[in-house]
Amino acid sequence: MLIKQAPDIRSSEITPKSVYLRRREFIQASAAALVAAGFPSLAGEAAAQGGGLAKLPNVRKSPLSTTETPSLYEHVTSYNNFYEFAPGAGDGPKNNSKNFKPRPWKVKIDGHVAKPGDYDIDDFIKPHTLEERVYRFRCVEAWSFVIPWVGIPMADVLKRVEPTSKAKYVEMTTAHDVGRFPMQKTDLLQWPYIEGLRLDEAMNPLTLLAVGLYGEVLPAQNGAPIRLITPWKYGFKGVKSIVRIRFVENQPRNTWQTMAPQEYGFYANVNPEVDHPRWSQARERRLPSFIPNRRTEMFNGYTEQVAHMYKGMDLRKNY
Amino acid sequence: MKPITVVKVLCFAAALIPAAALVYGFYTNDLTANPGDYITDQTGTWTIAFLTISLTVTPLRRLTGWNEFIKLRRMLGLFAFFYATLHMLTWVVFVHFFEVSFMVEDVAKRPFITVGMATFLILLTLAVTSNRFAIRRLGRRWQVLHRLVYVAAVGAVIHFWWLVKADITEPRRWAVAIAALLGFRLWWMYRGRLSLRS
Repeated sequence: MLIKQAPDIRSSEITPKSVYLRRREFIQASAAALVAAGFPSLAGEAAAQGGGLAKLPNVRKSPLSTTETPSLYEHVTSYNNFYEFAPGAGDGPKNNSKNFKPRPWKVKIDGHVAKPGDYDIDDFIKPHTLEERVYRFRCVEAWSFVIPWVGIPMADVLKRVEPTSKAKYVEMTTAHDVGRFPMQKTDLLQWPYIEGLRLDEAMNPLTLLAVGLYGEVLPAQNGAPIRLITPWKYGFKGVKSIVRIRFVENQPRNTWQTMAPQEYGFYANVNPEVDHPRWSQARERRLPSFIPNRRTEMFNGYTEQVAHMYKGMDLRKNY
Repeated sequence: MKPITVVKVLCFAAALIPAAALVYGFYTNDLTANPGDYITDQTGTWTIAFLTISLTVTPLRRLTGWNEFIKLRRMLGLFAFFYATLHMLTWVVFVHFFEVSFMVEDVAKRPFITVGMATFLILLTLAVTSNRFAIRRLGRRWQVLHRLVYVAAVGAVIHFWWLVKADITEPRRWAVAIAALLGFRLWWMYRGRLSLRS
């Protein structure tokens, strides 16, 4: 298979002189540098980072990784949106998931598929080679990280379970288990959390079922033991703690679309031109920056790998 | 020292704690991975808190009969303005980084920002007319003008309510507190009328 690697700096991204001479952007950049200076440990290598969880063995590097510097492990694992543990972004999910046990865990494969089944999580992962994918992660709330995920390409899983011709979408569901997820006692969201992809999106080489980050197993707050990662979409598409992968004919109704259809759609592709009703998506904070220090890129910079799937679609309507 | 002076000094010191905590957090690198959002949330919350606290002065005075409480009112109101100013500045710096076109668009397009900005302008007006000179100049109109603080309190809650994504627990809590404090005033007025009649 031909794997195209996106260059990290396209010629279109290099700042033209007319722009860099503008005073404001210079000030902005200096301020960003000033902010970064407060965090000297920022330049930490992904390999040197971790949280002391179990190391994942035999992880292959991937040409699909960005060469951007990964964010700090500490930040990636203490600033999360995981409503099953706590409302809102912050360290709530970390603090409220200390007793979470990611085993035993079953994953159900069903719907329009040739090989349905109930798998133990470890049997589910075993036939596949683990890959490290360093991806940009853009939250719909206009902040971003760079995260070295470890996982299995979703396409490999699909090839193994063989969706039938009737399958047009994949629906993925988080465990509904009040014992594990305290907030499921409340009606904060409609439980269980549901997300979905079109079949071709699920087959895209970028789409990953992540089981780890920074070379270790996923911490609870990041979606242990297995979660979805689609780096060209906003973070909320990345359904966590998956127990069911169902192949369906009709477009699944994902949780945030149900909660606020005027704010969140099915596609949720990163798009700097389509604002959230309550804030602009044109820029983002690459955390831990205090200020917006990056212009958000179309499809989060993965245009070359994904734009062809949305040719002819009105992305303003299909947000 | 008179008892009210002691209370005033203690209140002043206590009112600075939230700001001090942010400064401390900045130096110890303890403002979460998204410090801009954290400071915005904190200063916003403390603005509503001080608006609420300043609205308790009159009910406390009425209920306890200790009229000296009134001497805290201006200071508490000014602390609400202090945190509102910091909150507004976080929007200018951490959200938009001085990009004027983004700010104009934000105020024009997004109702929760429009309400927030209007609330800030009310608090600004009240703060600049809170000195002795303005009180003397405005005479009777001063009291009418400063009733706008009720509008500001309601505006602050609406601003909070409209910006939350799913969890309305917090804005609802402030809404209840402020409704109770404004309700007290209505009740007191009504009671006063009744007793006048009898």
